[in-house]
Amino acid sequence: MSKSAPCHNWLHGLRWGDGLTVVLGAIAVFALFKTLWLGEAASKVQVRAGSEIFTTQSLNQQRTLEIPGPLGTTTVIIDHGRVRVASDPGPRQYCVKQGWLTQASEVAMCLPNQVSVELLGNSKPYDSLNY
Amino acid sequence: MRENTRHTITATENDHRIAKLAALAIGLHLIEAVLPSPLPGVKPGIANIVTLYVLYHYGIGTATWVSLLRVFAGSLLLGQLFSPTFLLSFGGALGSLAVLALAIHLPKQWFGPVSLSILAAFAHISGQLLIVWLWLIPHSGIVYLTPVFALAALVFGLINGLVLTRLMQQN
Repeated sequence: MSKSAPCHNWLHGLRWGDGLTVVLGAIAVFALFKTLWLGEAASKVQVRAGSEIFTTQSLNQQRTLEIPGPLGTTTVIIDHGRVRVASDPGPRQYCVKQGWLTQASEVAMCLPNQVSVELLGNSKPYDSLNY
Repeated sequence: MRENTRHTITATENDHRIAKLAALAIGLHLIEAVLPSPLPGVKPGIANIVTLYVLYHYGIGTATWVSLLRVFAGSLLLGQLFSPTFLLSFGGALGSLAVLALAIHLPKQWFGPVSLSILAAFAHISGQLLIVWLWLIPHSGIVYLTPVFALAALVFGLINGLVLTRLMQQN
């Protein structure tokens, strides 16, 4: 071996199939992370008022919903794949502070006004709140 | 009275070679066992460099001997023989040997040691996860760990493959 061993020696023996294997491996790893760790993207939003389902809407739209409750009106904004509670008459504003919801089975609840917003995916995972 | 008969076993040149290479692999296996690991199962797998080297020079038969001897003797020396750790090594070794037996037939002008090393690493974790899932932790929650193991397989498979490429260039 020569004394000067430049870095490119490490890549010298590589063939294009090796690059292909690395790229395919990286894609497989990325796909595994995406499907197993990131959860499912939501397709619908279900809004409840009291014990009733107020409405179920597609997420692929731009729309503002006004939901009446015992304290006043809760405003929910649907914005192309995401949803948030824009305003709520409740005193602590937890559901408003939660911000945008994007993943299936995410929930924002405005308990004082008895309004909840839940994102639905294609399959329903365990509901740890009720189950 | 029966006469005592004397049996002599003559070791062939190949037996000596397997013993030498297995000893090298066992040494690497032991060194690696001392290294701390962030997650059980995530290891560089440097002993697999020996397996691949043997595969390239002496074929899959010798590689199988070296790999399995390494698993058995390595576990024996670490006091893990027939323990879950041993079974994980064993499952991983069988998985990667099975894939290597096929992958060695890939066209050599396109696929080098790096490809084989990465494929073997993926097969290794697949074999291990299969054993974990079938026997140790029969719970579907184990799939949530696969991305981490797959990432480790890709990174360490690549590094081991590069080391092997370098080794083979020097010969």
